[in-house]
Amino acid sequence: MAKNKNAGHKGSYGYQKLKEREPRACIRFKCALTNTILDILRRRPGWVEVKEEGEWDFYWCDVCWLRENFDHTYMDEHVRICHFRNHYELTRKNYIVKNLKRFRKQIEREAGKLEATKCDFFPKTFEMPSEYHLFVEEFRKNPGITWIMKPVARSQGKGIFLFRKLKDVIDWRKDGVRTDDQKDETQVENYVAQCYIENPYLIGGRKFDLRVYVLVMSYIPLKAWLYRDGFARFSNTRFTLSSIDDHYVHLTNVAVQKTAPDYDPEKGCKWMIQRFRQYLTAKHGAEVVETLFAEMDNIFIKSLQSVQKVIISDKHCFELYGYDILIDQDLKPRRSGYNPQWLVSISLMSLQCHWGRLYLNWLLEVNASPSLTASSQEDYELKCRLLKDTLHIVDMEGRLTGKEKRIGGFDLMWNDGPVSRAEGNVDTPVNGSFMANTHLGYNNDRKKQLKQLFKPLHTQQKV
Amino acid sequence: MMLEQDTGLSLAIAQIVQRLKGSSLHSQLERQARGSWEKRILKSLNSMCTELSIPLARKRPIGEQKELLNKWNEMGTDEPDLSLFRPVYAPKDFLEVLMNLRNPNYENGDQPSFRNHLGLIQVPLKVKDIPELKDSFSELGLNTGQLGIDDSTQVPPELFENEHVRVGQTVLTEQDSAAAQQYVRQGCPTALRAELWALILNISNQPEDILYYEQLKSNVIQHDLLVDSLIYKDVKLTASNDDYYFVFEDYLYQVLLCFSRDTSVLEHFSYNSATPPKSYIRGKLGMEEYAVFYPPNGVIPFHGFSMYVAPLCFLYHEPSKLYQIFREMYVRFFFRLHSISSHPSGIVSLCLLFETLLQTHLPQLFYHLREIGAQPLRISFKWMVRAFSGYLATDQLLLLWDRILGYNSLEILAVLAAAVFAFRAVNLMEVTSLAAAEAVLADLSTLKVMPLLQIFLFATVT
Repeated sequence: MAKNKNAGHKGSYGYQKLKEREPRACIRFKCALTNTILDILRRRPGWVEVKEEGEWDFYWCDVCWLRENFDHTYMDEHVRICHFRNHYELTRKNYIVKNLKRFRKQIEREAGKLEATKCDFFPKTFEMPSEYHLFVEEFRKNPGITWIMKPVARSQGKGIFLFRKLKDVIDWRKDGVRTDDQKDETQVENYVAQCYIENPYLIGGRKFDLRVYVLVMSYIPLKAWLYRDGFARFSNTRFTLSSIDDHYVHLTNVAVQKTAPDYDPEKGCKWMIQRFRQYLTAKHGAEVVETLFAEMDNIFIKSLQSVQKVIISDKHCFELYGYDILIDQDLKPRRSGYNPQWLVSISLMSLQCHWGRLYLNWLLEVNASPSLTASSQEDYELKCRLLKDTLHIVDMEGRLTGKEKRIGGFDLMWNDGPVSRAEGNVDTPVNGSFMANTHLGYNNDRKKQLKQLFKPLHTQQKV
Repeated sequence: MMLEQDTGLSLAIAQIVQRLKGSSLHSQLERQARGSWEKRILKSLNSMCTELSIPLARKRPIGEQKELLNKWNEMGTDEPDLSLFRPVYAPKDFLEVLMNLRNPNYENGDQPSFRNHLGLIQVPLKVKDIPELKDSFSELGLNTGQLGIDDSTQVPPELFENEHVRVGQTVLTEQDSAAAQQYVRQGCPTALRAELWALILNISNQPEDILYYEQLKSNVIQHDLLVDSLIYKDVKLTASNDDYYFVFEDYLYQVLLCFSRDTSVLEHFSYNSATPPKSYIRGKLGMEEYAVFYPPNGVIPFHGFSMYVAPLCFLYHEPSKLYQIFREMYVRFFFRLHSISSHPSGIVSLCLLFETLLQTHLPQLFYHLREIGAQPLRISFKWMVRAFSGYLATDQLLLLWDRILGYNSLEILAVLAAAVFAFRAVNLMEVTSLAAAEAVLADLSTLKVMPLLQIFLFATVT
């Protein structure tokens, strides 16, 4: 049970404290959203929705509520809530940059320069206004490249614009009037200026990014799961750098796409990630694709490790993150010509280009509240699966042993150390060559797996 | 055009089936049926032309040529007003024609069993039965490894997949086209498929091929054809609205516009019993020396035509190679799906094969659907005409097309159609209308084709 301490209730004395992993007869939940997650919670057997002031065992809250109430809400051991108190260390663009920079330095000290380059998946970013001068210095060293200005705290593409001339930034800075609705807030809104990835990998001439889901059950120790499903989100229009004013081309978030003039809601601009993986395999072969996806694993792990020590790892908390990844072209000259200045700026930004490594992944951002509204039937089904499996892992019902490496469509990616694909559960020692236990873009045959997992104990065969 | 007297859509056929067995290309059945159908298509095209006051072909002014050249890689961004254009025909129109094909010697049929045929196709062509199909498609048997079944996550890759991939790589290294054709009967590994298909179709993308494509492209730039608008319309209506193929919209224009100007495609008419439509230069009607084939490749696109190209975009990204692969697939296979012939892979035979399989092995279902006015062919026809493109998930479709190439036959389309009905038989038995039956079969995107085929052919009691 959970209740607000300040609401004048008695303490927890009057209520029975149940053991953490004892199966519960009925799980009371609260949900701040009215989309897919609410459908899933309502349909879950044994789960009951509670009204406004009622006590709850599980709360799918929004971040506003968290900010205002978390610190003075008492929660019993078994209670679960879907955010970490200070998740913004990972999700706000200026914080993640800081955390990654610090983590990178740490790695460099401990393991050397080469190892530290594994953290270079975040495009060079400067916080505004505090790092304005550093930004100007970098800007002047790399004339002609495009930068993107993003508000630190907003999502869905709001408030973002692209620029190539310093004049644009100076004008924008002077122009204290923001045209959107943040005027009445007393705090100054922070922005980041980030190097814009000019040569994204294109399919059908269109730019896209990948949305991947990572579930973190705890930070200390770090336990993270990767979902097999995900999708590629396409821009509705063809990619060209000549129209940087065209907001719609460059921002692939579905929310922004929906306002583009030629957006057709029936069309759907998403590819399931399985289809994307197959497309790449057909085009480049299995090995290149394995490498690409292994690099993505690296992004997830490193980003989580970078905030491991700062996030308040409350055992009541778990969080489902939506990672946005952009894939880069290789560095071969494209038919449309090659910008030599780009080459210069590449080395300055310390982009990695090892032989045999053709593609690079960039982390665009991490979302702590990935959209759970469905844009199509296929999307709805994906989100249903994702959320059902999330709830399985949270395991309010107390059905799991804690040694599982796979639950539904989730694969255990990190368990205070890398998790191997080899047979056996998490405790089995690893022999031979290591293959990560991630299956992004693989077939998600979750139903079968779940059936096997939740079979009553007495009918389960020994492995 | 060689025209007999117009006897309307319902035709009487003088010759008997025997002549059709050996896929004789000159029987009157075909000539009359085809003649009427082709005349109808051309009439539709001509009337659209007159109504809209658009010429069948015109030379583009220089300004327009330049503009098109600039936009060549993103023609999808163009939004011409296509509201007045309509597809020349849709699969269901074609089905109506096929339904009306008749054999006048029905009473003395050489195949007495045909008297009991209750389907829509009333032409007694020879089609295979299940024992014969099992023989033809022996590599799909239960004891042979398949991609689409034996590469699923449950099966350890050492059992089949790894070895199969290794063999595929060897076939490619040896550049053995015949071996490739045999190999793909068990399915292509995703990473090798593009090369294997190119090997089987003998496409190597030589400089002269690229040049040929560039020449076609310049034809497109210089001349505008009425057919182009039909192509645009079709792409906008079908592929652009598909969740997976919309990304390739631009490629589709680049392929189809060039395709319609490719006179080398006319060569396939020598074994296609159809005749390409002809048109006459303005003012010279009837004068043979002023006759040209229209469109230049002799193929008038119908509603859904672009879906033949769309799946190929998953495999080929270089426009001239994509073009050649598509052209070869068309002249080997796809043309048979929308022309009237007696060939075993022709659409008429496929329809008959489908109906026969269903009536023989699922008689209860067949009778039930017939009773409620839901003749099965009415639903499955569109799947077969499009070779299932746009109905199956892409990976499944490619596994199916692997087998089309491997067996050099389209019969598998009819078998799959029957297998789908068998799979959903329980639900179909409960419906009471055509609309309800359509609804049960509306969504094939979750189907796994290889298990369906295997079960239908090898695990059903015959």
